[in-house]
Amino acid sequence: MRKILTGNYAVAEAVKLADVEFIAAYPITPQTTIVERLAEMVERGELNAEFVRVESEHSALAAVYGASAGGLRAFTATSSHGLLYMYEMCWWVANSRLPVVMAVVTRTIGPPWNIHTEHTDILTLRDTGWIIAMSENAQEALDLTLLGFKIAEQVNLPFAIGLDGFQVSHTAEVVDVPESLDGFLPKRERFFVIEPGNPITVGGLTENECSMTIRKEMAKDMERVGELVRNSGYVRDYDLVEEYRMEDAEYVVISMGAWCGDMKDAIDILREKGVQIGMLRLRFVRPFPKEFVEKLDCKVLVVDRNYSVGLGGIIATEVKSIANCDVHGIVAGLGGVDVGVDDFVSMFRKFVRGELKGWWP
Amino acid sequence: MVAIKDLSKEKFVLPGTTACQGCPHVLGLKALGMVLGDRAVLVVPAGCTTIIAGLKDRASLKFPLLHVPFASGPAVATGLSSAFKRLGKYGIPVVWMGDGASDIGFATLSGACIRKDDMIVIVSDNEAYMNTGIQASGTTFWKAKTTTSPAGKKEEKKDLALIMLMHRADYVATASVGYLQDFISKLERAKEIEGFRFIHLHSPCPPGWGFDSSETVEIARMAVKCGAWILWEFDGELKISAPSRPYADKSKRLPLKEYIRAQRRFRHLSDEDIKEIEKKIDEQWKALK
Repeated sequence: MRKILTGNYAVAEAVKLADVEFIAAYPITPQTTIVERLAEMVERGELNAEFVRVESEHSALAAVYGASAGGLRAFTATSSHGLLYMYEMCWWVANSRLPVVMAVVTRTIGPPWNIHTEHTDILTLRDTGWIIAMSENAQEALDLTLLGFKIAEQVNLPFAIGLDGFQVSHTAEVVDVPESLDGFLPKRERFFVIEPGNPITVGGLTENECSMTIRKEMAKDMERVGELVRNSGYVRDYDLVEEYRMEDAEYVVISMGAWCGDMKDAIDILREKGVQIGMLRLRFVRPFPKEFVEKLDCKVLVVDRNYSVGLGGIIATEVKSIANCDVHGIVAGLGGVDVGVDDFVSMFRKFVRGELKGWWP
Repeated sequence: MVAIKDLSKEKFVLPGTTACQGCPHVLGLKALGMVLGDRAVLVVPAGCTTIIAGLKDRASLKFPLLHVPFASGPAVATGLSSAFKRLGKYGIPVVWMGDGASDIGFATLSGACIRKDDMIVIVSDNEAYMNTGIQASGTTFWKAKTTTSPAGKKEEKKDLALIMLMHRADYVATASVGYLQDFISKLERAKEIEGFRFIHLHSPCPPGWGFDSSETVEIARMAVKCGAWILWEFDGELKISAPSRPYADKSKRLPLKEYIRAQRRFRHLSDEDIKEIEKKIDEQWKALK
């Protein structure tokens, strides 16, 4: 069914379709309208879930952790400072192998206070063991949330879906909402459930080797994600990346998130002028789509809306560690600074001419 | 009053725990097993009990057990209790936490309590961060020496149970490992009630307080007898519990000096210091009477 939905409402629709049983949330802009909508759905009886108003993001993920350990399908959402506040629990959930799903509406980390989009917040998850997806628009926000539950429960790793603050979260678009999921998301047996009368211990002290084994096993399951995404059986086909006008491309732009729409427009404009340029849009950051980067044989530009002070753009750094060709990184749009189609046209032109520096503007 | 001989003989604390000699937590955990049996599902934030529970498969506790980050205990139990309800499981989440976890996780106590989430929270209070090597906490006794208060604690001592009472918890009690029968009957009562139940258990720590490991129970009883630790229960109304009742009358109390002088953590205190503490204790009684 086609509906007009913001990215945040699209996520809420997906959570409803997934028959989530437990939601705990704490308000933070620009995430709040996801959980507001979910609270309404629960109050109206459209969604048979428990909705818990917790005292912090740390508690939101702690409660979701408890519910998931007890066997429930559980969800939360956050942004920026909220994600940082719950950071400890992010690791706890991942190493406990609980298939929790969380929407991260990306927002700049302060100070100064800034509610606009930047991707540095969600990228703090990159070493935790969460699967990390990044949507381009409301449709993808819905689809990746549904895929999130499916994949998370298949590999027993938590799943984060990124949405750019305001650009996706608060922008209304036409979204195709599946009427029903037709068995796409069956209830799955958990490999452990905490319940009375079953004296198992999770998370206690072990020999050091056990900590290492856990991370190794997580890596193995993370490796399976690409194949599972490609063969998910969802109504639309997805992969870890979107390849846009990549045929015969001599120049390839790598980036992620909402502004990739503008980048594609810029690519169209340059293509008309005869520039052989295309785009590899990262739909997933973890697992990192290594196989797509490895096979590139062209000049690569990575546009990062995030920054690791002292080294550079995070995605550019990762691409450089994998690619077998020239990679140039540029950092742009931090703090939600607007970068539009015209900017991308001139940015890509400079790149083609070999005149591009490391920051935009 | 519950007769201990009528309680389950099943052991939930197994032989060979890694607890220190004379550990008060083990006494409390044994009582918990006797009353709640296999209905108890433990949520344990970082603390002494992380160690007591044992290494990997050499576990010492026969409860289902989630080890959780320091500041998360009651919030995790919120999720767990929701799962038990929804899935029709006959379990009670029991957050077994220390005084340190109730410092760092204070907001989680507050949140779970106002929501009346279904759980029993037991703060087994040994009056310092003992697991990390005796550092002062919010409930560390006035003027007590710890490794972070080498000249004696200067801050106030917070009264957790009264704070939880002010949240309108469904059930609040204080207890002591020196009066296990009183603790057991409070657990029995807590088990019957639904909602947020809070028990603040006084747990003297031999290495942390500086007394012989054979004297845990004796020191716990002295704390009650000198009036420093008051046993009470709120179950619709607030009542001083039987073991503490005589000490509402100050003249019946054991001299505070005897309690203080029995512990190395107070070795530096002057008679003046003890008088100051005595005033604090008198105020504590006034608030409850």
